Amino acid sequence: MSRVRVLVGTRKGAFVITGDGKRDRWDVSGPYFGGWEIYHLKGSPANPDRLYASQSSAWFGQVIQRSDDAGKTWESVGNKFAYDGPTGTHLWYDGTPHPWDFARVWHLEPSATDPDTVLAGVEDAALFRTTDGGRSWHELPALRTHESGKLWQPGAGGMCLHTIVVDPAKPERMFIAISAAGVFRTDDGGQSWRPMNKGLVSEQIPNPTAEVGHCVHRVAMHRTRPDTLFMQKHWDVMRSDDAGETWREVSGNLPTDFGFPIDVHAHEPETIYVVPIKSDSEHYPPDGKLRVYRSRTGGHEWEALTNGLPQSHCYVNVLRDAMAIDALDPCGIYFGTTGGQVYGSADGGDHWAPIVRDLPSVVSVEVQTLS
Amino acid sequence: MIRVVLPAHLRTLAHVNGEVTLAVSAPVTQRSVLDALEGKYPMLAGTIRDHVSRQRRAFLRLYACGEDLSHESPDAPLPEAVASGAEPLLIVGAMAGG
Repeated sequence: MSRVRVLVGTRKGAFVITGDGKRDRWDVSGPYFGGWEIYHLKGSPANPDRLYASQSSAWFGQVIQRSDDAGKTWESVGNKFAYDGPTGTHLWYDGTPHPWDFARVWHLEPSATDPDTVLAGVEDAALFRTTDGGRSWHELPALRTHESGKLWQPGAGGMCLHTIVVDPAKPERMFIAISAAGVFRTDDGGQSWRPMNKGLVSEQIPNPTAEVGHCVHRVAMHRTRPDTLFMQKHWDVMRSDDAGETWREVSGNLPTDFGFPIDVHAHEPETIYVVPIKSDSEHYPPDGKLRVYRSRTGGHEWEALTNGLPQSHCYVNVLRDAMAIDALDPCGIYFGTTGGQVYGSADGGDHWAPIVRDLPSVVSVEVQTLS
Repeated sequence: MIRVVLPAHLRTLAHVNGEVTLAVSAPVTQRSVLDALEGKYPMLAGTIRDHVSRQRRAFLRLYACGEDLSHESPDAPLPEAVASGAEPLLIVGAMAGG
């Protein structure tokens, strides 16, 4: 029988939550690494018992943890993230040059085929890779040294590379997103990169249609349509149907088009999900109602999904890496809040229930579908 | 043997309880003690000193014999009481409240 394993990173540790195919009863284990910030943990598609976790702290810096038994035991592996060559500068908040300075790993993206190969998106923005199960990490420096790098600027959360999307049909093609630089694409496995931000409009920067400088919050792809991308930008929900070459807005009738996560239904490539947030100065849902919005038309037309979600006095946020979708049929959707709830829906979003309520503030949610 | 007291999170990371003891050749300095600590417990590399800059992390301090040694040269000899093992070197995390 199929099972799912939900991996939750919080401000105070990691949790591993397992459920059967019905997804109505859950077993919660953790916290692992109690007291540490877990920006992300994710399992290897090639070996689902192999998990990786990004553990960090303002006191002790970055640690990477690895499990080979689905999270029962963990081993700290390599944590040296040294930029390759001169670091150069990007722009600081005040517009002055600022040297690249490693802070933490935001996102871990294990290879689809090799459990020992993982990409890591870090702050200050750069892309690293391990091919030995996390024991050593090496930068793919062409991204950081892109000619536009000197113009990249941090968002409020830091200058982070938070999104890594690999084309399943052409693994040498990858998309990454940086706040606040935008989307970049490589077609040669990371040896060269191009900004992919045409069509984005950001009124918060001096030139709203600049080639770089956009605060992209999240990019998602359905594995059967790698040329179609969906984006939650700081403001605006966008889509591209030409592998990022151009973007157009699909915010449609959303109550607000500010938000962080965006994801795609497991079996319906035109069904997408966002969690609208009132504004960038408030960071909570409009009207105190926690609503996931679903579009079955790839954008433009959205419906509120509210059944089982709090519809009064709710002022949590849902961060960019805190939504995930399993591969069962009907597919399950999960998201975590800054209030410590993780909600799940076993029917594509029609009905929701908390699978755990009182965790520390949730930073990331991933799900593994296990047979 | 040199005695070192780690903050709780680093004891957990290194899988140790209480003080750790280290064999350190003379001269006994911050650098030689931390080198020995990271040699015996490689998982602590990067958690006390930055991997690249080798600078002490900003929210960590080094105390011994009732003194704050954090701003001493990493190559300055540590107090004799630390070198003899009579007193521990304390690695202390900044207090977090709120």
